[in-house]
Amino acid sequence: MTRWRLWIPLLLFAGFIGLAAYLLPQPKDDFVHSRMIGKAMPFFQLPQALPDKPTVTSAIFADGKPRLLNIFASWCVPCAAEAPQLQQLRQAGATIVGVDIRDRSEDLTRFLAQNGDPYQAIGADDVSRVQFLLGSSGVPETFVIDGHGVITYQHIGDIRADDVPMLLAKLREAGA
Amino acid sequence: MKFAGFLLFGAAMTSSPLMAQDQLPPAPYAYRQLSDPKLEAKAEALMGTLRCLQCQSQSIADSDAPIAGDMRSEVRLRIAAGEDPEVIRRWLMERYGDYVSYKPEISRTTWPLFAVPLVLILLAVAIVWRRVGRPS
Repeated sequence: MTRWRLWIPLLLFAGFIGLAAYLLPQPKDDFVHSRMIGKAMPFFQLPQALPDKPTVTSAIFADGKPRLLNIFASWCVPCAAEAPQLQQLRQAGATIVGVDIRDRSEDLTRFLAQNGDPYQAIGADDVSRVQFLLGSSGVPETFVIDGHGVITYQHIGDIRADDVPMLLAKLREAGA
Repeated sequence: MKFAGFLLFGAAMTSSPLMAQDQLPPAPYAYRQLSDPKLEAKAEALMGTLRCLQCQSQSIADSDAPIAGDMRSEVRLRIAAGEDPEVIRRWLMERYGDYVSYKPEISRTTWPLFAVPLVLILLAVAIVWRRVGRPS
């Protein structure tokens, strides 16, 4: 039995402490990221959220024009917070379609009157179906869809002011 | 002044929150069981091993988050349509990753969890064998 072997348990222990000391303070990522990035938009059809607004179906994404798909709801507070940023994106030339989650049309009408309406089309999703199809786990979320209907980017949470140029760049990458 | 504070406190305690979540009734099968007990048991077993996306420490069977209710409804409808529970799990994992499933799986990142105990047992057996197995 050589003497150096006596040190092995202590070294293992020190290694474990080092690993824990390094990993424990790492910031935790609570977001559930979608695995659908790079994949084609799955088939879906939604009823109209409002009578005077076209709805969103998976078919509209294959017309060569990249779009933002915004998952939102009138009951969602961060959705009201991101409304000015959506208006900014709209003014910068982005085409935005909305999927309205578990909402009533009268609440939606009030929400759009208060916060502005950046949407080209809005579909009503009362059972979170489109969220499951896209791998989305919360409201709001914003997906970048390219002109061939391929999902290229997922933004989780509300769009802040400094996310606007980033999303415009993602749209350009997607072929805008 | 004190009285005003008391009133304010009372008002704060009894008022309902201004913004609840949504006001829609839950999805058709969020809180309703399937009429066939066999299918319901299948759905329950699967729902107990799927993770709620919003309250991330609960299974969708345990959670009252709206999205968990929608997920239960989705699972029950698919089971009722004759889909295999493991196919439904795959379908969700294709979208949300391993994260959505509580069922342990051996994968590129999890294999050490399964391998290390085996290695330790083998090591222990080898040590015991050397010390006890062959008395000199």
